[in-house]
Amino acid sequence: MTALPDVPAALAPGPGPWLIALRAIVAREALRFVHQRERFVAALVRPLVWLVVFAAGFRSALGLSIIPPYETYIPYEVYIVPGLCGMIQLFNGMQSSLSLVYDREMGSMRLLLTSPLPRPWLLMCKLAAGCAISILQVYAFLAIAAAFGIVMPWGGYVAVLPALVVSGLMLGALGLALSSFIRQLENFAGVMNFVIFPMFFLSTALYPLWKMAESSTLLRDICAVNPFTQGVELIRFALHARLEPAALGWTLLAFAVFAGLAVRGYDPARGLAQRKA
Amino acid sequence: MSSRGASSGLVVADVSFAWGGRKALEGVSFAAPPGKFCALLGPNGAGKSTLFALLTGLMRPASGRIEVAGHDLSRAPRAALARIGAVFQQSTLDLDLTVHRNLTYFAALHGIGGREAARRADAALDRLDMREREGEKARALNGGHRRRAEIARALMHDPAVLLLDEPTVGLDAAARRAITDHVHDLGRDAGITVLWATHLVDEVRDEDEVVILHRGRVAAQGPAEEIAGPRPLTDVFLTMTGKAAA
Repeated sequence: MTALPDVPAALAPGPGPWLIALRAIVAREALRFVHQRERFVAALVRPLVWLVVFAAGFRSALGLSIIPPYETYIPYEVYIVPGLCGMIQLFNGMQSSLSLVYDREMGSMRLLLTSPLPRPWLLMCKLAAGCAISILQVYAFLAIAAAFGIVMPWGGYVAVLPALVVSGLMLGALGLALSSFIRQLENFAGVMNFVIFPMFFLSTALYPLWKMAESSTLLRDICAVNPFTQGVELIRFALHARLEPAALGWTLLAFAVFAGLAVRGYDPARGLAQRKA
Repeated sequence: MSSRGASSGLVVADVSFAWGGRKALEGVSFAAPPGKFCALLGPNGAGKSTLFALLTGLMRPASGRIEVAGHDLSRAPRAALARIGAVFQQSTLDLDLTVHRNLTYFAALHGIGGREAARRADAALDRLDMREREGEKARALNGGHRRRAEIARALMHDPAVLLLDEPTVGLDAAARRAITDHVHDLGRDAGITVLWATHLVDEVRDEDEVVILHRGRVAAQGPAEEIAGPRPLTDVFLTMTGKAAA
């Protein structure tokens, strides 16, 4: 038995211990994802069904005028690609959240929460891991969409990466915040009904704001303040190699709010800690 | 301070906690000195698991103080958590990872990576006679071996205090015996303070420290043989907790 070192590894100065934890958490999530092949397939099939079936049917019903970032008339399939990228990240965020609730019920979340590294950092590692996986899914989707002839400008494929990081972190933080307030796995169906569907349908993922305003200005306003709309617009502009500062600002703000709620929710002095599991 | 023996083990001072309005722990105080095996005895519902949640920082006590190796858990949570090894009642192994990967993942959460993590995993598995199972997925292990893997994992970062919440639940007699013996040896040979929560009195040895928890309060504490006196410890425990046969 070796003598106990004066300073435990987790408390050593410098970023070393923090990065070791980050790498391990990301690697574990990636491994988990690779093992769940059906999750990967489901993550791709869902947006592809929308793209190939829904968009084909909607194409003739929905006339789109020229709105930024588009400089010409675009087919509906091109319009909904950013929304479907957002959808992948939204589902991935909720899936991570679901796995966190599951982990908590099964006990393995305790392992993370009893680590001596700062809890906000550990939650950030979880977020980064989920975000990385969602980005892989989005690029796989974009590649398949390109194979169907729905191609973005080349620069867009590069420029969209930082946008996906921001939107992925925002939607992951939303999932993390929700997971800290959901007591049991059974309540998760409610999240699907009350979070995913409203967020997706009350956004610019499927139809532009002006189209929504034709039926109701209230609905248009709700869509405009929906953080998912902002994330989707950020992705939409980035896919055309353009930056939309307002969307970036709102997405970052939403991320800060959701991350704050998550940190609060996982604080041992309040949140889930004070409720009996 | 360079050795575990110089630390002050585990100190719980006047700790209270309530779930909503229902009191779960009231003025709980005890100390487990370095290198001692301390059995936390209590019937189901006595507050053992609540106390464990407080000791591992998952929740914060309403009042009172918890010290781990001289570090106050409320004031210096990171320093205290870095010195705790915990085995929860419910298994926390990732069943799809190998035993070795489960250990190195845990090491990473304590800031230990690379070769050092692998070396420590080997040593911890050796100590629990689990080395030959290191390549197996946790799912393939039986209950006894899963528990051993969890104990090995809890030792990866050389903790000063090892907390185990009813670690033998669901195990057969042989596995229960083996694990109880292993952990007793750990306390004695490695100078680790062990807090072992259980409702099974036969896991306690005469030389162990005992804290009897009943309805959220400490009903008795001291060396097992002193608490038992001339009677079997089981009888004393059942009498104190009101479960003795009428």
